[in-house]
This record gives sequence, C-alpha cells and structure tokens, in this order.
Amino acid sequence: MTRLVIRGGTVLDQSGERRADVAVEDGRVTEVGSSLSGDQTLDAGGCIVAPGLVDLHVHLREPGREDAETIETGSRAAALGGFTAIVAMPNTEPAQDSLAVIEFVRAQAKRAGLCDVHPAGCITMNREGKALAPFGELAAAGVHLFTDDGNGVQDPQLMRHALEYARVLDITLAQHCEVTALTKGAVMHEGSCCSHLGLPGWPAIAEELMVHRDIELSRLTGARVHLLHLSTARSVELVRTAKADGLAVSAEATPHHFTLTDELLAGYDAVYKVNPPLRTAADLAAIKAGLADGTIDAIATDHAPHSPESKEAPLDQAPPGMLGLETALALAIGELDMPLADIVAALSWKPAAIARIGDLHGRPVAAGEPANLVVFDPSATWTVVPAKLASKSRNTPYAGRAMRGQVRHTLLGGDPVVIDGTAQR
Amino acid sequence: MKHLLSIADLTGADIHGLLELTDHMVEISQRTIPKVPALRGKNVVSLFFEDSTRTRTSFDAAAKRLSADTMNFAVSSSSVNKGESLRDTIETISAMGVDAFVIRHKSSGAPQMITRWTTACVVNAGDGWHQHPTQALLDCYTIRTNLNRRDSFEGLRIAIVGDIKHSRVARSDVQAFTALGAHVTIVAPPTLLPPSLDGWPVEISHELDSILPDLDVLYLLRVQRERMDDALLPSLREYSSMYGLTAARAARLPAHALVMHPGPMNRGVEIVVDPADLAGSVILDQVTNGVAVRMAVLFQLLGSGGDLKGDVS
Repeated sequence: MTRLVIRGGTVLDQSGERRADVAVEDGRVTEVGSSLSGDQTLDAGGCIVAPGLVDLHVHLREPGREDAETIETGSRAAALGGFTAIVAMPNTEPAQDSLAVIEFVRAQAKRAGLCDVHPAGCITMNREGKALAPFGELAAAGVHLFTDDGNGVQDPQLMRHALEYARVLDITLAQHCEVTALTKGAVMHEGSCCSHLGLPGWPAIAEELMVHRDIELSRLTGARVHLLHLSTARSVELVRTAKADGLAVSAEATPHHFTLTDELLAGYDAVYKVNPPLRTAADLAAIKAGLADGTIDAIATDHAPHSPESKEAPLDQAPPGMLGLETALALAIGELDMPLADIVAALSWKPAAIARIGDLHGRPVAAGEPANLVVFDPSATWTVVPAKLASKSRNTPYAGRAMRGQVRHTLLGGDPVVIDGTAQR
Repeated sequence: MKHLLSIADLTGADIHGLLELTDHMVEISQRTIPKVPALRGKNVVSLFFEDSTRTRTSFDAAAKRLSADTMNFAVSSSSVNKGESLRDTIETISAMGVDAFVIRHKSSGAPQMITRWTTACVVNAGDGWHQHPTQALLDCYTIRTNLNRRDSFEGLRIAIVGDIKHSRVARSDVQAFTALGAHVTIVAPPTLLPPSLDGWPVEISHELDSILPDLDVLYLLRVQRERMDDALLPSLREYSSMYGLTAARAARLPAHALVMHPGPMNRGVEIVVDPADLAGSVILDQVTNGVAVRMAVLFQLLGSGGDLKGDVS
C-alpha cells in the first residue's frame, strides 16, 4: 500500500490553520503531523492544504452538447480548479429528469475519474415547468439537489407542490430566480448601460420577486430552498432577513458576480453575457458583503461552456454563460476581502453540506477522513490564457487577467489527479 | 475615421465637418450629370439583415454617384438563411475584396462585432435599438439648411416624440443634436422611455401640448403596433390622442418650426394631419439629404480627398 505525503504545507480546515504534513493511504488521511515520510511526496511549501473544493453549480453539457464540454473535460477543469466534487446541472439533452440520464452522467464521471460528479435532478420534466419530475425515484437513487436551472419555476402552485414533496423526501430544491414575464428578450442588466447600448434589460426585480416568493414558500412548506447565483443587492437583503427568521434557505453567488459589472457589455462581446446578468458596482459590493457575513453560503461557479461560434453571435442571439471552474479559487482569493478560512468554507464544506455530500467532501483534514484534498499556493500569480484551459470551450471573461492563488495538487479519494498544476489523466 | 458605428464616436466638430462635406455632395447631386469619379474602383457592399427600402436605396444611390462599385445582399437571398454564421458571412464576402460594408442588422452591436472580422470600413445603417448614425447626420443637415444654422444648433429647442426606448433614431439624434448645441426634450409615455436616462443630456416630458409653442423642431418617431401587445400602450388611439400631431397641435407650433419624421410614417397614429398640409414639414427633404449625407460619409471613409471636383469622363 502506497503512502503519499503532502509535505511542508499549512493545513486549513474547520478547526483553523496549522503547519503540518499530511499522510494519505488507501483513500484516507492516515496521519497529520510533522516530518512525515512516505513512498511518494507532494511538495506543499508555501501552500495551503485544505478539504477539496465543492462546486454546487456546473454545466457539463454531456449528454447533448459534447461540442462545448464533456463530463471528462469538465471534470478535468474542475480538478485543475481544486474541486473534488461538483454538482452537474440538469439542463442536458436529454435533461436529467430520469434515472437513466442520472446513471449515465455518474458512469461517465466514474470513467473520467477526475472529480466526483453529483448530477442534480430536474424539478419538472424536461425543465418545462409543467409536470413534476420523479422526485421519489431519484431521491431513492441518491439525488439530493433538484433544479430546473436556467429556467425558474414560474408557476407558484407547481413550486408549492414541489416543495411539499421535497420536505417529505428530505431533498433540496434549488431555484434559478427569474420571473420570465419581466425578462422577455433580455440580454443584460436593466440600467443605464443597456439604455445607452440599445439592449433589452434584465431587471433586478425579476430576480428579487422570485427570491421573495420562494422564501415565503419555504416558510409555508418548511422545505429547504437553495437560491442559485444571486446577483442583486436586494436579493442578498431578502436572504439575510429570511435567515434571521430561521428559514431553511441557503444561497450561492458566482465569482463573476463579485468581480465583473454590466459596463463590460459596452463592447458587445457576448463573452460577458450571462444569466443572471452582470450587474452594477453596488450589486457587486452587496454580493461581497453577503459572502463576508455568511448570508450567501457558497461560492459556485455556474461554469457554462459554450462553443466559440455560438459566442460570436450578436448579443441577443448568443447563449448566456461563462467558464468558471479554473478561475474561481483565484478570484475568491484575489477579490474577496475575507479571511482565507472563510473563503475555503464558502468553497468547500458549506457547499458540501448544501449538496448533502458532507460525509465525503469538505471533511476536516484529520486521520481517518476521506482524502479529498486541495493544495494551493495563495500567493502564486498567473495569467489566464484561454487556450491553456482544460475546458473544451474558451468562453472565459478573464482572458489575460492577472490572478493570485493557484492550485498545485488535487487529491480525489487519495488519488493525486492533479500534481503541480497538471492533470494526471 | 475608420468606421461609422455610432454618433457617440463623433465630436461636434466631426459632425460639423461631415455636414460641410455634405454641402459639396448636394452641389454634385444638382449637376446635370450627378456623378463624380471619387470612389472609382472602390467596392461598397450593402448587407441588410433587416428589411429596409429607403436606407438601402439611399446608400446605393450615394455610392453610385461617387462611382463606387456596389453589391447588395439581402438576408432572404443569402446563405445566412442556410445557417451560416455572421462571422463566416463577413469573412467570405471580405475575401472577394471589399472596401466598405454598409450594415443593417436587427441586433444592437452587430456592426461593431463585424469590425473584428474584416479590414474593410464598416458603416452602421441601423442596428437594433442602438444607433442609426447616417439618419442623425441627415437630420442635422436638414435642420441646418432649413433653419439656416450653418455653425451651431446653440439655442435651438428640439422635441423628439414617441417610442424612445426602442428607437435607434432617437439615440443617434439625441447625441448629434446635443453635440451641436441644441436643447433636446424627449416626449413619451413612461413605458416608451429607456429604463434609465442617466447620462442623457435631455429634458423629459410626458406631455406634448405645453412645449409646442417653444419648439424649433418637432421630431416624430414611428410608433409600432406590436408595442400594444407588450402592454406598453393602451391603444394606438390613446397614443395618438396624447402625442399625435393633429391639426390643432400643429397650429400651436411657431411658424418657423420644422416637422420631421424618419419614416415610414404611421398616418393616423403619430401624424394625424397630411404632412403635405404642414407648412413646416421637411420630411421629404430628409430623404433627399440622406443621399448627400451618405455620399459624404462614404467619401470621408474611402476617398482620397482629391477628386471631388472632377466629372466622370
């Protein structure tokens, strides 16, 4: 049995920071201490050794759009970004509304062997907002998170019924908050930029109305609601109040919503088109504040690969979405005014709990725990070069941007899938 | 000037220069043979991804009067309908040798995107709700000549009335009129204004009648029927009763005031009187000036500057 030692780093987990080497054998951490030795050594000098990152919001595109991403390429991007578990959004073709598709995604992920992939189920069949998906069957097969991401569930009656099921089955419904009657044809944030550019606006109120509705439906039904990719200041405030009321509401925000604003659309480059859209500097500040005070539980990427040709269309025709897996950690380190431990919490054990995979991921770095780990250098600098990304697509809005914080090693179940920034398969 | 994409890219002095150049083009257009060899050998390609009769014809006439070669692609007859991407279309046609593209597209920003894929000049002939810069220039030229304002629009009071939100003409005209010094009021029901007017150097009115006696120019925009479907208007009749130019409203305008419209008009909606009965109507002048203004734009972008005086021989 090989003994792998991560040597010279600083361990960071739920119990704080300490200088320690970490020994890994047979998929588990077996020893945390000083001057450990083993058959294989990974250098962690100057690095943080932390529980592997968990992304609640990833579009892997397979099955259906393998031209943009596959489960393998997306898993590789995830591993390189320091993620050991990701939740795969169900807007595949066919959608993840049946056990057959869920099992296919799991099998492909297992074959790739780079990251644990947890497919989310749909709330409604084919994400059409009409008929409920088979929650019971999917929940029995281990699906914990359900969402129609990309489509918010518009019908409040249907959402109420879904939540009533969810409470009994002990599953979590995640909502893409968008009242579509208010976003017809919308391309970017509704405000002064869209008014100048002559582009249809996506108003903040379209998100906030659904955030408010689902908070109240959670209050009514007692079911857990997870609010996907919050983008507005008022949404953050609504969640803050809901949490103060003790409701079972959680929320996530993306790196692009705490780093980029709607003014970037002035060049009509669809790489900046995303749903919900990039908003104002005031919204960005509110998202950061929400992350800092824990109102927003998790950082999730909404990694959304799209082929170059689809992103070269005019803004109203191009699909929304941007890459995120390989830049999330560095953006969080570089842009958030938060202690590193809080950043890792929002990227690891807090999302692991929301995904209900906290038994395997986001665990303390301690003997006996599963060895799903990330080793990153928080001060290393690098530049985003789209052609070098592992994702099959190139639609990163950060091309050429200087980043601080770099993943060195990622261990999945004790297996070093990334060593010195290089994927091992 | 490499492209003409937006009035926002031009200073007041740039606009003034183009209007001076337009004077030469008007003179050429009045000759017995209204044609000069200024752009001989230049290839001007019109790509209209959206229906247009007057703008396309006007650019075509302008290019021909300057002796440029012209090619026209309408979207219905091109490979775009076969699924070809905008980029492939532009690169393919560029490979045939193009000096200038004249682009009309229903998507805001499409002409700007196209500049990434060609070395040719790009002239925006109207993109989505965004810009229609040659319309603004011909509107400026029409005001300049009819109100004898050669140097500046300082002190002029202009009202633009109608569907500002969805109007590329309004966005271009506001920028051009104010760059030349005019005072602009936009008049519309709240639902037809852009969501934010931050940075728009205009006054806003939801009511037309009280401002009519002070106007030098009343600029009416086309109101489209589909706006009612989105509940932006109760009815066209309601719009007309509040904002339409009736004989009674026309009588409240000063005698010298101009009435303008970018066309095509919705008679009985934004304009209830026969324009022929309006002393101040310069709507056909706008069309005439359009050709000369577009000659000036093409010459500015493509011409060597030396041979405007010559005749075709």
